Amino acid sequence: MIPGIGAFTQDTLWCFSQVKGTMETGTTEADIISTVEFNHTGELLATGDKGGRVVIFQREQESKNQVHRRGEYNVYSTFQSHEPEFDYLKSLEIEEKINKIRWLPQQNAAYFLLSTNDKTVKLWKVSERDKRPEGYNLKDEEGRLRDPATITTLRVPVLRPMDLMVEATPRRVFANAHTYHINSISVNSDYETYMSADDLRINLWNFEITNQSFNIVDIKPANMEELTEVITAAEFHPHHCNTFVYSSSKGTIRLCDMRASALCDRHTKFFEEPEDPSNRSFFSEIISSISDVKFSHSGRYIMTRDYLTVKVWDLNMENRPIETYQVHDYLRSKLCSLYENDCIFDKFECVWNGSDSVIMTGSYNNFFRMFDRNTKRDVTLEASRENSKPRAILKPRKVCVGGKRRKDEISVDSLDFSKKILHTAWHPSENIIAVAATNNLYIFQDKVN
Amino acid sequence: MMLSKGLKRKREEEEEEKEALAVDTWWLDPGHPAVAQAPPAVASSSLFDLSVLKLHHSLRQSEPDLRHLVLVVNTLRRIQASMAPTAALPPVPSPPTAPGIADNLLASSDAALSASMASLLEDLSHIEGLSQAPQPLVDEGPPGRPTGGAPPSLGALDLLGPATGCLLDDGLEGLFEDIDTSMYDSELWAPASEGHKSSPEDGPGKEEAPELDEAELDYLMDVLVGTQALERPPGPGR
Repeated sequence: MIPGIGAFTQDTLWCFSQVKGTMETGTTEADIISTVEFNHTGELLATGDKGGRVVIFQREQESKNQVHRRGEYNVYSTFQSHEPEFDYLKSLEIEEKINKIRWLPQQNAAYFLLSTNDKTVKLWKVSERDKRPEGYNLKDEEGRLRDPATITTLRVPVLRPMDLMVEATPRRVFANAHTYHINSISVNSDYETYMSADDLRINLWNFEITNQSFNIVDIKPANMEELTEVITAAEFHPHHCNTFVYSSSKGTIRLCDMRASALCDRHTKFFEEPEDPSNRSFFSEIISSISDVKFSHSGRYIMTRDYLTVKVWDLNMENRPIETYQVHDYLRSKLCSLYENDCIFDKFECVWNGSDSVIMTGSYNNFFRMFDRNTKRDVTLEASRENSKPRAILKPRKVCVGGKRRKDEISVDSLDFSKKILHTAWHPSENIIAVAATNNLYIFQDKVN
Repeated sequence: MMLSKGLKRKREEEEEEKEALAVDTWWLDPGHPAVAQAPPAVASSSLFDLSVLKLHHSLRQSEPDLRHLVLVVNTLRRIQASMAPTAALPPVPSPPTAPGIADNLLASSDAALSASMASLLEDLSHIEGLSQAPQPLVDEGPPGRPTGGAPPSLGALDLLGPATGCLLDDGLEGLFEDIDTSMYDSELWAPASEGHKSSPEDGPGKEEAPELDEAELDYLMDVLVGTQALERPPGPGR
């Protein structure tokens, strides 16, 4: 049980709220969710999948009659963001899988988001239409052109109400700037620029300009034989528009200041924890590879996820993290088999809650973990259909490492490694979380008293 | 028709590939040095073989996951470094029927590794070279020789600059033998230069290449295939 946002001593009980997606066991690969993101108000929740589709859910207005049921998320818009492409030059198929979605802050009635696959970033505008113009002069009501000779009077078209229609239109396409696979996009706090990062380079874009981008980080060695490290994630500082961080496959984080030079190859800060000699193995580097990096909402900390842990770093201390949380340390003795079946390369994401007091990340067997930074307590929960009765309280799960297994525990060898929770999201201000379990999206809320 | 191969390996095939990997369960044996908590002084040859298999699987992808590749290569280097130089290893990555065990087995496997890694990385930088502004030609000397008893390293690579950077140059011809490139023979899309790329049979004689960048080639290919309207700006997205 963990304290919630703002509450001091009350424990949070997490309850099942909704699940989206089919219940069939045979999953179409295209339905596998590959990214989840709330917008800045939490009103909208977007998912991207392997088939290149984006589905946006909107929270319904809370009704006074049903106070026990906080606003549910219902489908608001669905559109095909990316299609499979063929790169003729390299004779390669480009996957349509959506790697990341990032929302822009809302500035008018329409919503804007960035979605990206391996090569191309797109800016989508999602807007509502609930009125329709009627009474055109040159067209009749079915849209057929009128013979101008038959028009004897002029009228002004009027807007009449119609059924609400939500349309998504691609407003910008940012293409041809990445040779390698895009792993991150991040909107700058200036709301005019954003960055996209691939394995070796980071590019800075202006939203208005699609045929140019500035390269701000380039770690490609002149001699490719010297390649030993790749960029794994990148993010802008939430408030300082000149600052960003990027993480690497060697477990390091670099903080860069764009004011220092045009090409930010020399970092301003370098975060790395020295290797623990007692934990050294052939897999040390692989498990130290950072799969996600996130600034706290306050901008004072960064959180990183590597294979076995989540770490919180203070921006003012580069030589070690201030907090380290074990996600599933029982896997440390299984690294060989996880290497063999490639699970050791799985990329888990991590998220902060709105007040930066709790952090969450996924694990295997559809488990996900939350760590309270203040009380140092943690909990393991499961996203499964069995726990999916409305408002059912989620029971904490426990993995038994050895010896006697208690009744409700699950042993390490029984874990299902095909059920991995890689993508989760936390509402910006409330205790509502979205957890992607393969092709299903679970929404959990804290219990409302 | 035109570009029959080169499709990315589908996920289902990858799954089958993985199942075909060795299924002996040495890693579940808690007594096994590679499994124990304490770091083993020397890795078993099984771990080495597994890593080489992974490397090859990765290299065989038409567009390898660079992170996966780099991590596997670095791990392989660690394993190789810890192995005794005179250990009798089966020759990798050559097929199992390949003859046995030379004095510097590690060096020969290193060379094969070098060659495949080098060709892959060279391929990547080749393609990269097409889209970059002209850069000084880096001459690193002869490609791919193992460096003897030193810690395992990949041999030096020739980094070909954009002037000679073309998919169909020497060394990469073999990759494209199955592709019908007669369409490339058209004069339509080699506006200013004489060295428009044609089929690989034209052979090593063609050193010149048009200074078309990747985005322009993309655009022109799209026009030919009819998927693009002509007014798409061909400028590079940099």
